[in-house]
Amino acid sequence: MKEGALQAKAIVVTSGKGGVGKTTTTANLGAALAREGEKVAVIDVDVGLRNLDVVMGLEGRVVFDLIDVLEGRCKIRQALIRDKRVENLYLLPASQTRDKEALDPDFFRQLVDKLLADEGFDRILIDSPAGIERGFQTAAAPAQGALIVVNPEVSSVRDADRIVGLLEAGEVTENRLIINRLRPKMVQRGDMLSVEDIVEILGLKLIGIVPEDEGILVSTNVGEPVVLRKERTLAGAEFSNIARRIRGEDVPFPDFDDPGGIWQAVRRIFGGR
Amino acid sequence: MFWRRRKKSKQQAKERLQLVLAYDRAKLPPGQVEELKQDLLRVLQKYFPTDDRDVEIEFEQRGERMVLIADIPVRS
Repeated sequence: MKEGALQAKAIVVTSGKGGVGKTTTTANLGAALAREGEKVAVIDVDVGLRNLDVVMGLEGRVVFDLIDVLEGRCKIRQALIRDKRVENLYLLPASQTRDKEALDPDFFRQLVDKLLADEGFDRILIDSPAGIERGFQTAAAPAQGALIVVNPEVSSVRDADRIVGLLEAGEVTENRLIINRLRPKMVQRGDMLSVEDIVEILGLKLIGIVPEDEGILVSTNVGEPVVLRKERTLAGAEFSNIARRIRGEDVPFPDFDDPGGIWQAVRRIFGGR
Repeated sequence: MFWRRRKKSKQQAKERLQLVLAYDRAKLPPGQVEELKQDLLRVLQKYFPTDDRDVEIEFEQRGERMVLIADIPVRS
């Protein structure tokens, strides 16, 4: 593993606040890491409100879910859905008919350990439910690291700070910040918290800056993560960059700050030409 | 024009966040600061005369650390 890479093999994607882009981030980073050659499982822990399956476009192939594994109705392997668009990407869906109490943190920890030890997975991305209650606690239980997704907006940043406190108390220590849905024009005119502001306020190590991008909605409409789509998008390019940073590559961050910098950012995001 | 003089909204967002996070991290409800102030005054007055009207207590970011600043004028 490269120096600077995330050592954590089990990573929880979390935010505190809902609707900031956890599921989109999980789907895209899962796909991007798989494309980098890792064997990846993305797990939806939002029991009762599952969504990772539809965002990835795999909803039609769900037969068994996490709770079926827990209650012995199937083997882990039967519940894992292989994504046919990219090699080595698997989805473990949440149950839609049960509630969050049905998933026990100890069981979930064992399940993730088993995926890593016996099923040969390199990386597990866990899509956490919103909130700080049991659902989040369960999602974080097996994780050694976390990707904290924030939007440049006060309530999201506040909730992220709370989540970081809880993660550290639970000994999830390798934590990185993803700033999602940044609008460079609003930052430039002083009406949106900048990347620097958020990093300063939260004191977290930054791993990605994803601009607001209409392509995301289009991709969820059709059930295909932006990183897998043919049309190049700013968000898709940055999700790919985050995957490479997770693997320890030194990929420069897009610079949206200076006026006209957006074009420079576009160039950089598409490979620094 | 008046809006030119107005503080940028992101600056307000940043300042409000830093303050609210200071209280969150200290697990201290902002409304309890008045109580803290009164307790602090009671202790201080055991040692020297102070005036409670001008006492100011607030959080301040100092580099990495958040510090509680008490500004206490001594009555002369």
